Amino acid sequence: MYPDRDFDIEHPLPWNALDLAQDLELNALFTAMSREDKFLYEVTRRAVFSSISDIATIRYRQAILADCLAYPDALRQMYAIAVEAEEGKRGYYWISSGRYPSSTLTGAVGLLEFCVGILRKLRKATDAYHEAFRSPGFKTLCATLKEELSDDYFDVVEAHLKRLKFKGGALISARLGAGNKGVDYILRRPNHPDRNWFERLFGGGPDAYSYQLHPRDEAGARALSSLRDRGLNRVANAAAQAADHILSFLKLLRAELGFYVACLNVHTKLIEKGEPICFPDVSESNIRRHWFKGLYDVSLALTISDRVVGNDVDADDSEVVVVTGANRGGKSVFLRSIGLAQLMMQCGMFVGAEAFAANTCVGLYTHYKREEDSSMTHGKFAEEISRMDEIAGYLHPNSLVLFNESFAATNDREGSEIARQIVAALLEKRIKIFYVTHLYKFARTLWEEKAHKATFLRAERQSDGSRTYKLAVGEPLETSFGEDLYNEIFLAEKQRT
Amino acid sequence: MTSILFPVSPSAEVLADRQPDCFSDLNLDQIVAAIIAGKEEYNLKPFFHLALIDHEGILYRQNVFADIENTQVLENVRRFATRMHDMRAHVAQSEKMRNTYEAEAWFLEAIAMYCEAVRELATQLDAAAPQSIGFERFRQYLLRYVGSSAFRALVAEKEQVESQLAGVRYSILVQNGGFSVLRYDNEADYGAVIDETFEKFKRSAATDYLVTFKERSPEMNHIEAQILIFVAKLFPDELGHLNRFCKRHRVYVDDVIARFDREVQFYVSYLEYIDKLRGAGLSVCYPVIAQGSDKCIFGNNIFDMALAHKLIGAQSSVVCNDFSLDGEERMIVVTGPNQGGKTTFARTFGQVHYLAAIGCPIAGSDARLYLFDNLFTHFEREESIENLRGKLEDDLHRLHEIIETATPASIVILNEIFTSTTIHDAVFLSRHVMEQLLSHDVLGVWVTFIDELSSLSPKTVSMVSTVVPDQPAMRTFKVVRRVADGLAYALAIAEKYHVTYNALLERIPS
Repeated sequence: MYPDRDFDIEHPLPWNALDLAQDLELNALFTAMSREDKFLYEVTRRAVFSSISDIATIRYRQAILADCLAYPDALRQMYAIAVEAEEGKRGYYWISSGRYPSSTLTGAVGLLEFCVGILRKLRKATDAYHEAFRSPGFKTLCATLKEELSDDYFDVVEAHLKRLKFKGGALISARLGAGNKGVDYILRRPNHPDRNWFERLFGGGPDAYSYQLHPRDEAGARALSSLRDRGLNRVANAAAQAADHILSFLKLLRAELGFYVACLNVHTKLIEKGEPICFPDVSESNIRRHWFKGLYDVSLALTISDRVVGNDVDADDSEVVVVTGANRGGKSVFLRSIGLAQLMMQCGMFVGAEAFAANTCVGLYTHYKREEDSSMTHGKFAEEISRMDEIAGYLHPNSLVLFNESFAATNDREGSEIARQIVAALLEKRIKIFYVTHLYKFARTLWEEKAHKATFLRAERQSDGSRTYKLAVGEPLETSFGEDLYNEIFLAEKQRT
Repeated sequence: MTSILFPVSPSAEVLADRQPDCFSDLNLDQIVAAIIAGKEEYNLKPFFHLALIDHEGILYRQNVFADIENTQVLENVRRFATRMHDMRAHVAQSEKMRNTYEAEAWFLEAIAMYCEAVRELATQLDAAAPQSIGFERFRQYLLRYVGSSAFRALVAEKEQVESQLAGVRYSILVQNGGFSVLRYDNEADYGAVIDETFEKFKRSAATDYLVTFKERSPEMNHIEAQILIFVAKLFPDELGHLNRFCKRHRVYVDDVIARFDREVQFYVSYLEYIDKLRGAGLSVCYPVIAQGSDKCIFGNNIFDMALAHKLIGAQSSVVCNDFSLDGEERMIVVTGPNQGGKTTFARTFGQVHYLAAIGCPIAGSDARLYLFDNLFTHFEREESIENLRGKLEDDLHRLHEIIETATPASIVILNEIFTSTTIHDAVFLSRHVMEQLLSHDVLGVWVTFIDELSSLSPKTVSMVSTVVPDQPAMRTFKVVRRVADGLAYALAIAEKYHVTYNALLERIPS
């Protein structure tokens, strides 16, 4: 996920994750990506929300995703191995509850043997695709596994695991502590493992003394095994931790690969529907870029069976995009497609468009009008303002804010004035804005100022009143063609009667 | 021979363990029990029972106390005591051991603790520069002892034996049903080898799987003992030396040092006890000692230590009182309402005198107290009122004995005697007893309801337990010098509990 660090699946979601999910209908996207696999759902959510603004990392992921699209089987095979590790380890859950180092060790050795099996498989799978992969991410992974998990290494590990079963006995060193009692029991690796212990020890000689427990000496057996446990304590800890580390490596691998598996999933679905996808052309956050062809709302596409309408816009250099126009003309869908594309781009994914270029943003925020606050803490307008207050606490230069009919819960004059002041301030702070509005006065003022290279889009309406759901550049109009709707609904009824 | 408790050693007879008669009346038994709690190993009680310390002896102790109040000295003494305690525990443990090598190791450790304790104390006492004669004598003794060739030889050989044993490293090969013991041959720590092997997978902090083993007994089981026997065979020089060393030094503790270790706990335990009082904001002081015919005494902010300990535990405040006797004044007559602190005042008077007489700091901000030859008390106890006649008889017998024995150097404390007879008899008897006590010229406190006792003679001083002026039901527990007024404030209490005439008329239905 990152060229230089691990993907943190525990990383907290941004404070406005719920708002984003609701406003951009992210659940449709997450569901399609995860195919309702809980683990993948979680990974997807974390990845999409932990929006990255570093272009190198975005390109790093794009390259990996390209490899995945080219060799989906390779990805799915590697992912399956990581899943196998997660499922298989459950058979060894008891090692963590061991009160006796010897049983911890036995458990850990068993688990390590299992892990070694998984690692061998993984190594084999990556070996097969090493040459084919072109992304630095996969190339590094394959090379690392090849180097770190060499055949020699596996031999060493397996020799240890065999020896840790102590067929020849456990050699434990000690020294004299308080009361001449043995202390500092430490398991030792014999210097001459090949020599026959029995011969050396029982063959006589002044340098070793042996004792055989009486078969009925249960106290003696307990004492001896407690002593052995003391000796094994450190090595049991080391082995159990090693097993934990390998498992956490595999878990991390599963999460990282999982993200790409999720991308594959949604890709498959969109391609089946015939929707276009493309890898976005990313610019730095301080650039102003929004240029696209056929940009559509991926969540909508995943929800309805029909093809969805895409938009072509060139808003390069614009700091603010104002969308006005007909009711039910596709304004909200358009705004959602902007937000979705931004999030998908900034997690390294493709976007739903024929072509797409945009700058990254430092934080994406949505301010949509909401239902009446059921807790009755605020009036509707106050509620909007308080949400704005909250968002304002997080804004930075080069953030992106999507407003959807904000501040309309009052009259046009007041709403416009509020909107104007807020937008003016945000623009001053180099914050990029997309604003869908019916506040004519507000839109008109921006139009007349001709500042900030504002782009004005209008939901189109055919002369017969029908909608194309396409947006076109155009100055804000005083009407939203509400009459059309009135006519459509009321007159249609009349005609029928 | 030097003692930290006595400038001149008392005879064994004087030191016999018998609790003075006044102890339970004055609650001194409670105080001493609390002081020595947890110090049973030192058998400190007899030191508190020996009140007959001379003037010189009191100063000797007061000065030692002052030295120990220096935190540095106290800390040194405490460390020393801990080590000596551990040393004795090691000897006791050694004696329980069946395995010789094991017993000897415990004995060696005991000697090591002793050497360390003595050497450290010598160095630190030297640095702390105590001022008292007691400590100065002991410091000199200790320095001579530590510098002696015998002690130095003991330390040197002990260290040699220790370092030999520390060098003993061996390995045990544990197999099914048995084990072998051999010399350690620098084999690699297998835990470290495993860590290293799997190092590459490490990224974050790992769960700790180390098991903490509880030591149930310091003794070895027979497997450990058997291992030790084998170790002794593998290392005959090291364990042989240990054996010879232990045999040669069966007795190693110096008598004077052992005596200091016990006696100094008298001071330490007392200071620990009064520290709790100081912690609650109460004052403790070293009284000036008057003696002979000089009977001008006073005590400011004195309080009952036993009661204070109880009150501090219950987070209640402690009331302090003052007294003073000048010129020919000898006897404080305390009158006043019930539950007003009269008995406590009498006890306090006795406590401060007793504790001052054994050289201890007392409960009060400053005081000048009398060094008595005998401290007589007579406190009536409720539980003993089973036979009125017998009781009065007993009282009179006891008082007679006191009057017969008392000298002008005695202190007498009487608490509500003659309550088991008519007021007429009580006045009569009291006057007679009072006259005789005054003619003996004893110092004392007399708690009574008979107001006229307080004005019998220029030698009597009237003190009254007081109430809050506007709320007579509230006791202040203050006992002040004032003419006895005969008010017992009983009505106030009756009102408080609605049992006055009017209240009862209203409450009781007709």
